[in-house]
Amino acid sequence: MSFQFTEEQIKRYSRHIILPEVGGKGQKKLLDAKVLVIGAGGLGSPSLYYLAAAGVGTIGIVDFDVVDFSNLQRQILHSTERVGKPKVESAKMTLESLNPDVKVIAFNKRIHKDNVMDIIKDFDIVLDGSDNFPTRFLVNDACYFLGKPLVSAAILRFEGQLTTFDYRNKENSPCYRCLFPEPPPPGLVPSCQEAGLLGVVGGIMGTLQANEALKLILGIGEPLVGKLLVFDALTTEFNIVKLRKDKKCPLCGENPKIKELIEYNQACDAHF
Amino acid sequence: MEEIKIDRELDLKGEVCPFTFVKSKLILEQMKPGQILRILLDYKPSVENVPKSMREEGQEVLEVKQIGENLWEVVVRKVR
Repeated sequence: MSFQFTEEQIKRYSRHIILPEVGGKGQKKLLDAKVLVIGAGGLGSPSLYYLAAAGVGTIGIVDFDVVDFSNLQRQILHSTERVGKPKVESAKMTLESLNPDVKVIAFNKRIHKDNVMDIIKDFDIVLDGSDNFPTRFLVNDACYFLGKPLVSAAILRFEGQLTTFDYRNKENSPCYRCLFPEPPPPGLVPSCQEAGLLGVVGGIMGTLQANEALKLILGIGEPLVGKLLVFDALTTEFNIVKLRKDKKCPLCGENPKIKELIEYNQACDAHF
Repeated sequence: MEEIKIDRELDLKGEVCPFTFVKSKLILEQMKPGQILRILLDYKPSVENVPKSMREEGQEVLEVKQIGENLWEVVVRKVR
């Protein structure tokens, strides 16, 4: 293995390089890695920030929204003077100024059945930080069909959830539909806009998503596959619930019914 | 005394911790097991820290020696 780092890179990544589990070899893996983050909001802000700081060389961001004052309580990539600007543009500015080694690819669009495969196909790992079920199901199914690992997190009020679906190894990984076979009826689950959210919950869960991505890239530790991590901010407790692969799962079960992408109706124009 | 055959030499005069170790490690990572790296240091704390960190990584420190006024050499064999 050979690698050439500049003086600036040696300094920037020295705390990684010192780690026996990372070293120059691991840092090169990070610089060569391509990670896609869905949503530059409450979850995407911390995950994108840490992935860029870590030197993940190519980072894709998908978001169709613009920065709003109501985002700034938790979406730390953005700032007051960027209200009204597209989130992907604001995110790109923040990340590139943090680390010029990172190539940021901005997708200023909503994910659809017709673009999801194209957006995802060139990335190694996908992080879902979206806030609506149609997007979650589309991203999950596309990752499943393309065999890409998906690190999924969700936040609401004082609670956060996290799990990793490793679709490189479909036999041994449950999928999102093992957990939720299909979207809940509209109105059953409140969106962040109506339900409220303690900002730091996004910070914690998004940071954990970045941690999962870094472990997958480096091939160290154990990814959170087959386990759902549940965080309660009010008690500061983490619990792990086992997830099993469902034989009757409509996507990854023994007789799968879903063989192509499905576009569910957008319940509302929810913001990331 | 058996002569040590040096495969690579790294002059780290002017460098301080932790970059003395970071730069030594980056070079060693790109060498083959069994090969020997000689590191020149003029920063005294690194003379202790570099060998210590190398041993923690499982490398073999063959020599730590003062070779001049404010100049030291650390010789390391790559184990893994």
